[in-house]
Amino acid sequence: MAELPGQIRRMGGGISQLLEQIYGFSRRCLFRVISMGPTPCHIAFIMDGNRRYAKKRGLEDGSGHKAGFSALMSMLQYCYELGIKYVTIYAFSIDNFRRKPEEVESVMDLMLEKIKSLLEKESIVHQYGIRVYFIGNLALLNDQVRAAAEKVMKATAKNSRVVLLICIAYNSTDEIVQAVKKSCINKSDNIEASGNYKHEDRGSDIEGTDMENQEKKIQLVDIEENMQMSVAPNPDILIRSSGETRLSNFLLWQTGNTQLCSPAALWPEIGLRHLLWAILNFQRNHSYLEKRKKQL
Amino acid sequence: MNFMIHANHLLVLFTLSTMLSMLWFLLSLLSLLLLPCLRPCFPAKGSLKNKKKIDKGTYVVGEEETPKELQRELMPRHVAVIMDGNRRWAKQTGLLTSQGYEAGAKRLLEFADLCFKLGINTVSAFAFSTENWGRHKIEVKCLMYLFQRYLKSKIQFFQSKEIRVSVIGNLAKIPESLLRTVHELEEATKSYKKKHLILAIDYSGRFDILGACKSIVKKSEQGLIREEDVDETLFERELQTKCTEFPSPDLLIRTSGEQRISNFFLWQLAYTELFFSPVLWPDFDKQKFIEALVSYQRRDRRFGSRL
Repeated sequence: MAELPGQIRRMGGGISQLLEQIYGFSRRCLFRVISMGPTPCHIAFIMDGNRRYAKKRGLEDGSGHKAGFSALMSMLQYCYELGIKYVTIYAFSIDNFRRKPEEVESVMDLMLEKIKSLLEKESIVHQYGIRVYFIGNLALLNDQVRAAAEKVMKATAKNSRVVLLICIAYNSTDEIVQAVKKSCINKSDNIEASGNYKHEDRGSDIEGTDMENQEKKIQLVDIEENMQMSVAPNPDILIRSSGETRLSNFLLWQTGNTQLCSPAALWPEIGLRHLLWAILNFQRNHSYLEKRKKQL
Repeated sequence: MNFMIHANHLLVLFTLSTMLSMLWFLLSLLSLLLLPCLRPCFPAKGSLKNKKKIDKGTYVVGEEETPKELQRELMPRHVAVIMDGNRRWAKQTGLLTSQGYEAGAKRLLEFADLCFKLGINTVSAFAFSTENWGRHKIEVKCLMYLFQRYLKSKIQFFQSKEIRVSVIGNLAKIPESLLRTVHELEEATKSYKKKHLILAIDYSGRFDILGACKSIVKKSEQGLIREEDVDETLFERELQTKCTEFPSPDLLIRTSGEQRISNFFLWQLAYTELFFSPVLWPDFDKQKFIEALVSYQRRDRRFGSRL
């Protein structure tokens, strides 16, 4: 008689496992169908609404972010199953440092814990062979988080199947200014290295002062190369949860032609249907965008 | 007896006259209440002939009057607009593409005028992108000619309304005639301060950033700035939006349902509220704009910090 509750529990566990497998199988079938159309190469997420979720559910501060992390893991799994190679997430903005110190500290602690967990054998990194990049002004982070981030980047450097870019201590305007500074430094190095430039130019058809020639040296491609996000192509889709429709200083340079989606669900409530809706919209506009690209 | 009959008659007459006067009084009261409502309904909304008159009637509500759904103190200072959908509108209404663009230009002036009346200081419009050069040559030529003709014809309008007009963009490839008109218009309106219309012609957000970068390089070589001074504030002052006091739009509206920035302002849109309307640009009238403003005023702008 004492075995009965155990048996019931085992049966219940078995049934839920079976249901999970059926769900996983049907999901993968659905993904196969969707993959017949054009699939985005790169999706970016602004994970907004964790604090509002915690408030809504009457949870303690910090629980919202934990729930948000679970939602993130599910999203990553869906993206990689769909064959999306690059996923970028906006984990922490430079502006977020202005929040209450207790909140910033709790978020940093959570991030440290989760970054360290990425190195574990059972983590999603090893499951999908993810290469992880941490993008942002890492000098603004505390030593522990920065060290953990660098360790993860080093440990996953050899992975090449899929890529996860985590924007932490990041602002797009900061990224652009850093890239511009680097381009200027590289340019002046190039000028010093090629001292014969002025001499060679006299024979060419291009006329202009020295200043103009030096200016011509800085091109769009120079700035692009020096962007931290240059390790990935521009995002095809940007999804911001919680219904807010703004970029909040995220990937401004890279999202010139990105499709923007803003589902009303808070980040911990985000689900497969939101991702599918974004991808179906992407597929609808894809042929028009390809035609325009050819026109250029 | 006769007296009684007479009295009776008199009573009846008196009652009748009282009732009639009461009825007359009620009718006049009713007509006073109803007629003012009936009068404005007379010019039918559907009538195309009177459409211009009606538009004037609904727009010109006085400089200070704010629609009841909006709060004056929450008005954005700078509204940007991507005027998408002119060609689709022309196709839908059975007109030529050039007529679609004309309708779009007219809508822009009405839109800008409405913005200024609502107390919005700066309006910027994405008229032509560097990527639009890839369109059919004839269409591009027609568009350039429309800009030139329209801007030239509206110089007096801008002067009378005291609207400063600035044109930002590469401007290297546009026809000479248009460039002359642009300079003329900018010169004629440069002294006005309260209302500013910025037209982005041959503009690209990326090239704007590149231009700022080149300008910084030049200044640093001239010894005007040091490399360590280069930060976001300094960088913003080198962008083409330096012509305005409010370079970052508070609200960006894109019509026709597309949900993309299409390389319009990139840096400047860092904290801008975006509003995507499914309506085509020539149909984006006052009511639709008020909807956008209502949505904007409801939003909680946190700039990354507070909850």
